[in-house]
Amino acid sequence: MFRGLLKNPAFILGASLFLLTLLIALFAPLFLNVDTQTRVGLAYTPPSSEHWLGTDHMGIDMVSMLVAGLRSSLHVGFLAGTVATIVGTLIGVYGGYKGGLVDDVLTVATNLFLVIPSLIVLILLSSSMDQGRSLSLIALIIGCTTWTWSARAVRAQSASLRARDHVSLARINGYGSFGIVTLHILPYLLSYIFMVFILQTATGILSEASISMLGLGPYDSVSLGKILNEAIRNEALTDGAWWAFVPAMVLVTVIAFALYVINTAMEGVFNPRLRK
Amino acid sequence: MLANYPTLRHILGRAGWYFITFLVAVTINFFLPRLGDANPIDTIIARASAGSADAVAQKKIAESYLKEFRLIQLDDQGEIIRDATGNPIKTGLAEQFASYLVMSLKGDLGTSILQYPKKVSEIIKDALPWTLTLQLPTIIFGWIVGNLLGALAAYKRGVFDRVLYPAALLASAVPAFCVGILLVYVFGIRLEWFPAVGGYDDSMVPNLSWEFISSASYYYVLPFLSIFLIVLGGQAIGMRSMCIYELGTDYVKYAKLLGIRETKILLYMFRNAMLPQLTGLALALGAMVGGALITEMIFSYPGLGMAVLTAIQGNDYSVITGCTLLVTVTVLIANFSVDILVGLLDPRIRAAQGGGGK
Repeated sequence: MFRGLLKNPAFILGASLFLLTLLIALFAPLFLNVDTQTRVGLAYTPPSSEHWLGTDHMGIDMVSMLVAGLRSSLHVGFLAGTVATIVGTLIGVYGGYKGGLVDDVLTVATNLFLVIPSLIVLILLSSSMDQGRSLSLIALIIGCTTWTWSARAVRAQSASLRARDHVSLARINGYGSFGIVTLHILPYLLSYIFMVFILQTATGILSEASISMLGLGPYDSVSLGKILNEAIRNEALTDGAWWAFVPAMVLVTVIAFALYVINTAMEGVFNPRLRK
Repeated sequence: MLANYPTLRHILGRAGWYFITFLVAVTINFFLPRLGDANPIDTIIARASAGSADAVAQKKIAESYLKEFRLIQLDDQGEIIRDATGNPIKTGLAEQFASYLVMSLKGDLGTSILQYPKKVSEIIKDALPWTLTLQLPTIIFGWIVGNLLGALAAYKRGVFDRVLYPAALLASAVPAFCVGILLVYVFGIRLEWFPAVGGYDDSMVPNLSWEFISSASYYYVLPFLSIFLIVLGGQAIGMRSMCIYELGTDYVKYAKLLGIRETKILLYMFRNAMLPQLTGLALALGAMVGGALITEMIFSYPGLGMAVLTAIQGNDYSVITGCTLLVTVTVLIANFSVDILVGLLDPRIRAAQGGGGK
């Protein structure tokens, strides 16, 4: 199965793009002097050999801002993705396995939160917090508002496994619901859950960017969304300072695109019907 | 009794479900903002009474605000009920919620904090038409064109697919706000083909004259394109994989063997693949509207998105919750309509037993 993935050009493209951003986030601070505090020049200085991507409205080096922003965005993405995947998987697997009333209640709850726009819930929650909006808290909030997709997707898979023989055998052998779900259903869904996690990570990164665009971003870190928000608020667009927003947009798009491509490629490999 | 009217039963079942969803949305809308540590009423009371040193006057100002936002109990005449020491009695959270529920069902969303004493419903009344005329046609049009292109890509494959598919994938992966910013920068500021921000010419007052409408449609182009492209990309991808699935089914193979015309087979396929796409639309609507709201903010379009943004910047909680409630209700109504449409188009749903949230 994994050999199939490595032969898939789309998967290789997506994975290498994503790895590239990951490596930049991890290792750039070792080679570059990442400083998001010191003013190194005038506001919106164009790119030069010294500052590759110029400066922002405060005169701070854009490359530093971008590296810091990338690190925060990936942090939010992974944390939010993990939370959303765990919550969604638990609800989906349990509902799908149990069936009956439990399933009905969980499905109704999932659909309910699917219909209510998660951005709205995000706005309501973050605007109620005056001070303590840290990066990790934002990630947690995002995770708690975007789990619905994974719950829905996992439930369908779990329900189809319910009637399998090995599950019935486990039940006869006296396993409880917990044992059956963890030992006999979850292992079959692992590849699926991994795909869900990838999508949820992309959603997390995009949600953070959206919420920061509204001025509800983290107070304690630079994020890609916050760079964009500051650039728009401080008239980078009308000043023609493309270096203040285009690189941040490219980074967000590349990460989201890479993750989507990985997901689609995995779907193609795991679902033989789409393969040609 | 309803057993003989499956369509009606379907509609009623969905209506019941959406009503429950509405109640949950109202509850969320009331309690979430009160979870945090921010206290906007105290802030405005402090701001308003800062000018007067007189303790009695300060107390009076505080009471008038508390009365306005219904944080203290009133009798039938609207007078403040006082306890034995003359202090007003605070309203409990449960009572606040009850009055909030009744008021929002009546359409009264309270008073703006920032633009006091303007009503939230007035602010929304000005913004809502802009949001509706921008988002409704754009999402519907994007859905139709996206599905047509997706079906074509799946059927034709070859070069058409190889160009369209990555393009659609990219369009759906580019975050809504990035498309917006790029369009503003390239076509609004660099090339100056279209106005970059706003909903109409600043020198005009909104009215129904020909000049105003033509000015507004000129400003409409960029935000429209921005939302349209994203919806189109996402839908085209969904429809493509849906149609590839349909292409493998027996009825398509059989129809091909019978030598039925291509366009006719495409039509069969389209009808079958369209239903899951419609259901998908209902589910994705919330996310789409969220993205479109951010697009509005980037273009400073005078709709709900901009109202929310201004409110967030000024900590105007009553406007924030008013707008969020309205957006949620609009999404619910749109969802309900799509659900009904699916029920009318899909004979299987009409035949299925029971309603429920599935």
